[in-house]
Amino acid sequence: MTENKIVIEHLSLQYTDLTESLRDISMGIRANAITVLFGPAGGGKSTLLRCLNRLNDLTDMKTLSGRILLDGENILTPQTNVITLRRRVGMVFARPVVLPLTLRGNLTYGLELAGEKRKSRLDEAVERSLRQAALWDEVKDRLDEPAIALSGGQQQRLCLARVLANQPEVILLDEPTSGLDPISTGKVEASLQELKKDYTIMLVPHSIQQAARTADYAAFFLQGELVEYAEGKEIFTHPKNKRTEDYVEGRFG
Amino acid sequence: MLRKTFENDIQQLKDELLLLGSMVEQQTLDAVEALKKRDLDAARRVYASDAKINEKRFAIENQVMILIATQQPMAHDLRLLASILEVSAELERMGDYAKGMATVNIRMGDEPLLKPLIDIPRMAQIASSMLHRALTAFVNEDAETAKAIPEEDDEVDGLYNQVYRELMTFVMSDPRTIDRANYLLWAAHNLERMADRVTNICERTVYIATGEMAEMDVSDDEIKTGV
Repeated sequence: MTENKIVIEHLSLQYTDLTESLRDISMGIRANAITVLFGPAGGGKSTLLRCLNRLNDLTDMKTLSGRILLDGENILTPQTNVITLRRRVGMVFARPVVLPLTLRGNLTYGLELAGEKRKSRLDEAVERSLRQAALWDEVKDRLDEPAIALSGGQQQRLCLARVLANQPEVILLDEPTSGLDPISTGKVEASLQELKKDYTIMLVPHSIQQAARTADYAAFFLQGELVEYAEGKEIFTHPKNKRTEDYVEGRFG
Repeated sequence: MLRKTFENDIQQLKDELLLLGSMVEQQTLDAVEALKKRDLDAARRVYASDAKINEKRFAIENQVMILIATQQPMAHDLRLLASILEVSAELERMGDYAKGMATVNIRMGDEPLLKPLIDIPRMAQIASSMLHRALTAFVNEDAETAKAIPEEDDEVDGLYNQVYRELMTFVMSDPRTIDRANYLLWAAHNLERMADRVTNICERTVYIATGEMAEMDVSDDEIKTGV
């Protein structure tokens, strides 16, 4: 049986404008699977993702309660090293933001900051992460060119490779294909299917169709509440909650 | 390759369909053999085994529904999945025909056959062979092979008519044989319907390839237009 990589216990979050973004969320995130958080805008999906690597520390939170256990250890304590955490739990955002460096530089920057100087290790990380992001064949002869010259879809896969270069354990993706063409979207989705063999993946999709295509497990969020959480094939064929059913059928959204 | 997972799922469904088909072929031949030898234990085994065919049909249907919901198939993929639903239903009905022949055998009890069975086993052989090749053409999406199979239904229909005439001869000469004749006619009819359903599978194979649904109607020789 697949274990939980992350366990979220009674997580609640309220912003300083008193918006209640998360309300008593409890769920286990399976290792080596793709867990999708879906639902209408304002449901708390991105907020939850940002809690998992403490990016929410940088926002105007009023209250945050509950626990998030990564391999059994609570990451919401003051003692948590957030730099180490963000290497273990990497994130890809909706808009690809490449560093103003070469392709190679984009991938080695984080490793060099962490103290890795050995060229052989850096070269290995570059090739490995580009292969994992299904980008190696397209760019292997252009590693010393500016990353900004890549297409949108390639830039997004470079951002994924940048996360992978740090050898994370968990990969968070917040609408990673919202600005991409269908082919690039397909390549990213295909990469995730391969990557889940080695990583725990959480995805906020940009459409319900993407949610249905990619989810091993799916969680429906509505106005900060976790309404239903089950295997993807269950949620999209016979959800138990009427609100989930209405949403997946397109009756609101 | 994009959509590798989806392609793998489709292949798995096709494999399951082939397996269901081979279960149905075996049930048909076992049922007819049991009838030929008046082996009631074998007939009961065929009867009980029909449950496994129903189970597999529903499992295939369930998997098709999951793929339609989660993969949003279009065009050829949508035609293929819709056709797999239809074909699994056809196979389940053919399984019911085999169960029906086993029922006939059991209901005949200790009564002997009116005559040794020659035509009914021949019908079973032809129908099973048609099914095997039709399913192979279906999973290979081979429309040309599929188009050629329905004409073999002529031979099955011809044998059915022969069985009918022979059994009516028995009944006319001795009305007390009507029950046993009826039972054998029921068995022959099931095999005739099985071959008809194989034609439906062939139609679906052509539909997947072309998007056109057309009847491959092989006319009964005794029913001619204008006669």
